[in-house]
Amino acid sequence: MMDLSQLEVGQTGVVKEFTDLEMSVKLMEMGCLPGETVKVTRVAPLGDPIAISVSGYQLSLRKFEASTIILQ
Amino acid sequence: MKADIRVALAGNPNTGKSSLFNVLTGLNQKIGNFPGVTVDKKTGYMQLPDGRQAEVVDLPGTYSLYPKSKDESIVFSVLADKADTAKPDLVVVVLDATNLKRNLLLYTQIADLKIPVIVALNMMDLARSSSIKIDVDLFSKKLGVPVVPMAIRKGEGVAQLKQAIAHANKVALQPDTIDVNVFAPELIGQISEEMQVDNPYFALQLAHQHEHLRFLSNEQSDRIESLEHAHSFHSQKAQAAETVARYNFINDLLYDTVKTPEAAQHETFSNRIDHILTHKVWGFVIFMAILLFIFQSIFAWSSYPMDLIEASFVWAEDALRNVLPEGPLASLLIDGVLAGLSGVLVFIPQIAILFAFISILEDTGYMSRVTFMMDKLMRKVGLNGKSVVPLIGGFACAVPSIMGTRTIENWKDRMITIMVTPLVACSARLPVYTLLIALVVPDKSVWGIFNMQGLVLTAIYVFSLVSAIIVAFVLKFILKVRERGYFIMELPVYRMPRWKNVIFAMYDRSKAFVIQAGKVIIAVSIVLWVLASYGPGDRFERIDQKYRVTENIKTNSPEELNRIIASEKLENSYAGMLGHAIEPVIKPLGYDWKIGIAIITSFAAREVFVGTMATIYSVEGDTDDIQSVQQKMANARNPETGLPVFNLATAFSLMMFYAFAMQCASTVAVVYRETKSWKWPAIQFAYMTVLAYGVAFVTYQLLK
Repeated sequence: MMDLSQLEVGQTGVVKEFTDLEMSVKLMEMGCLPGETVKVTRVAPLGDPIAISVSGYQLSLRKFEASTIILQ
Repeated sequence: MKADIRVALAGNPNTGKSSLFNVLTGLNQKIGNFPGVTVDKKTGYMQLPDGRQAEVVDLPGTYSLYPKSKDESIVFSVLADKADTAKPDLVVVVLDATNLKRNLLLYTQIADLKIPVIVALNMMDLARSSSIKIDVDLFSKKLGVPVVPMAIRKGEGVAQLKQAIAHANKVALQPDTIDVNVFAPELIGQISEEMQVDNPYFALQLAHQHEHLRFLSNEQSDRIESLEHAHSFHSQKAQAAETVARYNFINDLLYDTVKTPEAAQHETFSNRIDHILTHKVWGFVIFMAILLFIFQSIFAWSSYPMDLIEASFVWAEDALRNVLPEGPLASLLIDGVLAGLSGVLVFIPQIAILFAFISILEDTGYMSRVTFMMDKLMRKVGLNGKSVVPLIGGFACAVPSIMGTRTIENWKDRMITIMVTPLVACSARLPVYTLLIALVVPDKSVWGIFNMQGLVLTAIYVFSLVSAIIVAFVLKFILKVRERGYFIMELPVYRMPRWKNVIFAMYDRSKAFVIQAGKVIIAVSIVLWVLASYGPGDRFERIDQKYRVTENIKTNSPEELNRIIASEKLENSYAGMLGHAIEPVIKPLGYDWKIGIAIITSFAAREVFVGTMATIYSVEGDTDDIQSVQQKMANARNPETGLPVFNLATAFSLMMFYAFAMQCASTVAVVYRETKSWKWPAIQFAYMTVLAYGVAFVTYQLLK
């Protein structure tokens, strides 16, 4: 099982499901839904948070938050 | 002003909503509060093409009607409360044409509440240059609402939008975007019936949000709660299902109406900038350089206008003295009100400059990159990436910096930032430090290149930042979290700042400061003036009589005599008695009653210290003449021991006291304004005073 925090910069994945319901509500509102393609665009200089490209814009989230997003 | 129609502006952050508000209303706007909540409400007025007057309300930017922060929670209440004075007749939803998918979520929610809606499709110019093709007519037809293509920055579409607002329907004609009944059919039915709600989505929202809707009575809210239990309603699961359904609708809509090229051009350009600005090394170097520049500018650019403001107050004082007959009224107006007022207004240049920079950093999208870069570091001490700018701004002045913490959505992070920002050595402490350092630190060079006095001053500045971080770290464990901390944040594409918005931010914040902090400062100044100008019983008359005897008039010039009288009156005034009263408390810190008075008056503003010292030691000429104050202070002897009052231990103890104590009425006022409660300024005042006393005590006892 692969989650979003395991992707390297430049890699893409497709969102499958979430492990945290509360977080998923926020993520889905921000356009990060099951079936969406996400791409890790950059990592902050200190290794956390990360930035992903999703639904046509750039979203930043902490690694912990990314780890609740399971990829296909 | 009476309005014929009320219009609310809604939309995601970074869509140009504020720009649209400024364009529509011009300077004809005011900031108030939404009833009962601590959220700023911006309202303004505009003239419609048919001559009617429209009131425009700018709702806080949000991604969804389900609130994640305090600001966002206001949006649904305003749209839903039929009794609310802010309830709009029409909502203009501002959408970013280059980012339609995520923007449309909020639109579908508002549209399903069945309020008349107009879509302002902003950033059409950027969409065009990125080859995003939108079939506006089809888009409008499918949504069933008027859609106005706009480029607000360039003023495109503004006239058309005004026209559309003038012709707007009184009832909502748009079809449902999704069938909300499927998420909780029985519950929605029952709430609709009992609460007499005719809109199923409104009923569903009541189920989700009843706990923090002020227009519901406690009985109504409890009733909804028990209905939820009866139908085993799970709010978050229902929200998740609703969001998925809405995005399905949005995907279908966009598939038919919008053609987007593989990689939008503005995004790749933004990407290239990000490569440098969030680079491992250059990212931090550039950030430091920008901070240094801001810090320097606040000092350098504000000095001229600040001098000008001070000079004009001196002029006004002179003018008033000439016009008004001498007496208590003139003294109250000049030494009380006018002095207090100048203390407020003199900060305006610093506030305006800091807010110009903050607004530029936000507008361009750089602020979210700072947050992105600094988050991990700041999180370790209980702060947030966004705390960096207020903390650095605190070197200039805590007042605008605390106002700037509004960009921090997380409640706990914002509170900690507000609590520690006044610890950073602000510019008002500078005159106190320079005076005391000059008294006790020898003016000699160290290793040939450094000046000893300069080194001490630098150390105090560094020390202030370190103590702010330590206190933040402690508060991290004390403060209870009220909401879950997210860092799910949009990194908007880089854009040129909109200069109009920058000017508005400068104007807005300065005005808010003058009005809010001004009230407190003037009140405190008047109280201080009364305390320093009056004494109990006939003490003042006796002083007057004592010096009016002939031998005194012979030996002293009239000016000198007046100074001696003033000095003796101060000692016998209420303030002087206060100084004597607190002497036992401050004696362990190394202070006498005169320093006590200065500390008391300094609680209005730190820089008052120099002025009070000047008055007490009755210096010649104006009170800003530090050189002469310094000489008098250097000559001051302890009447009991005959040793200098200001020795190394006392001076450093005083500097430590000023480093930690919350001696600034403006800051107290602004913390009250920002937290909308006296609790936080009271806690802040208490912890800082205790800290100040403790550190000053230890310093004095060690150096004695």
